[in-house]
Amino acid sequence: MSSRLETAYYDLGRLDLLAEKDSPIHRIDPRAKVATTLVFIIYVVSFNRYEITRLLPFFLFPALLIGLADLPLGYLLRKLILVSPFVIFIGVFNPLLDKEIMLQIGSFEISGGWLSFFSILMRFVLTVGAALLLIATTGFPAICMALEKLGAPKVLTVQLLMLYRYLFVLVEESIRIMRAYTLRSFSGRKPSYQIFKQLLGNLLLRTIERAQRIHMAMLSRAFTGEIKIARQFSFGIPEMFYLAGWLALFTFIRFVNISELIGRLLLETG
Amino acid sequence: MSHHIVEAKNLEFSYPDATHALHGISFRIRHGESVAIVGANGAGKSTLLLHLNGYLTPTSGQVRIGDFPLTKETLQEVRRTVGMVFQDPDDQLFMSTVYDDVAFGPLNLGLPVDEVHARVQKALETVEVLDLKDRPSHRLSAGQKRRVAIATVLSMSPDILVMDEPSAGLDPRARRQLIELLKSFRHSKIIATHDLDLVLDICERTIIINEGRVEADGPSTEIFQNEKLLADCHLEKPLRMKSCPVCSPRSSSA
Repeated sequence: MSSRLETAYYDLGRLDLLAEKDSPIHRIDPRAKVATTLVFIIYVVSFNRYEITRLLPFFLFPALLIGLADLPLGYLLRKLILVSPFVIFIGVFNPLLDKEIMLQIGSFEISGGWLSFFSILMRFVLTVGAALLLIATTGFPAICMALEKLGAPKVLTVQLLMLYRYLFVLVEESIRIMRAYTLRSFSGRKPSYQIFKQLLGNLLLRTIERAQRIHMAMLSRAFTGEIKIARQFSFGIPEMFYLAGWLALFTFIRFVNISELIGRLLLETG
Repeated sequence: MSHHIVEAKNLEFSYPDATHALHGISFRIRHGESVAIVGANGAGKSTLLLHLNGYLTPTSGQVRIGDFPLTKETLQEVRRTVGMVFQDPDDQLFMSTVYDDVAFGPLNLGLPVDEVHARVQKALETVEVLDLKDRPSHRLSAGQKRRVAIATVLSMSPDILVMDEPSAGLDPRARRQLIELLKSFRHSKIIATHDLDLVLDICERTIIINEGRVEADGPSTEIFQNEKLLADCHLEKPLRMKSCPVCSPRSSSA
């Protein structure tokens, strides 16, 4: 258990490291990137449930981002696969429930259930992938601050920022507790319910103590109840181009059936 | 504001669980002085420090910072004047990036954004970590965290620096660099520590606290000569003041 926790911890750190890289994409103002990603996600989920071909052009966005920001594709795919069971469970019964034949390729028949299942999978890859790419090119703190500047409630953004900051401290503390347990539990078994309860209680107490100390540190820096953040973002010409360019492209591929267009073009020339 | 005196008069303090932590502590620290507060574990050092910026209110007695006593009305001003650096940087650095952390204090003081930016820049330059500005706090090394923690306080331009165990958890080189950094500051400094060699480097004066009382108060070099006093307070002569174990092994065993 402890080793799995540690792997997850270092994995999270890797995403942070990616966000520290320097690339044309990384340098774009977070607000532009957050807005672009939001529009992208809305467009992707706006298609009807059997849609597959028209989702394909949307893969251009993640592909270009990965290329321009020089991100490791394998790592990102692994992250996607990690979350995929949830989505597979949502869609896996569709082929059983919806057996109406929607598509016929030669003698091969595809039911509506399978179409909608694949559609769900594609949307999952696109939307979660876009969110992952946003974090990997922007960093979680900058995203929270951008959200606030874009009008998200401050209570929410500050909570998210604190959560992210202390997630690492909390995980490190849990790792230490689990290590101490593992080193003295010679059976090598997972902790029993009784012991686990105590470990958890211990962690809770440590957390409360730390919260007290953090509050103390805040008070000594003239904290009066409202967390203020002054982050200077610059929304300039590159941001305008970035946002306008992507929006135009997304709108185009949302409302014009590119797959069909290409298909017809190929048929005509052929 | 001309003379940044820190004065404690007969401080008494009991925790709600009836632990009597301070028994009438009195001292007076003048402008520009560097004073070490040393003592055994549980002697009352941390409790005392928490009184200096008004986090704890004494059961009886008074703290004076500068020209005024520490009361509810002067609390915010005192907290600006007294910069407190806590022992664990993870408690001090609660914002997600270095920049936001250093900007936290000045923003609370209601300074305009340009001024905040200039102060953050200057504070980070002073502790020589300007390049870490946009890094998330949880990805720093212990030495870097300590420096940033100091910068979070410097950005409020305090007159007095209060530090709890500044050298704890640092490797020897980071510790040495910290000492050089602290020596270059012209603030009044109050440092609670077990690192008596650091005291020799930075603090000309030492106050020994033992069981909530001031056991000794005087020049550091003098106090560290008094071996009986040190032993009574669970302390030991700084390593540098002991004889060399290689050259004269017998005298060092005492």
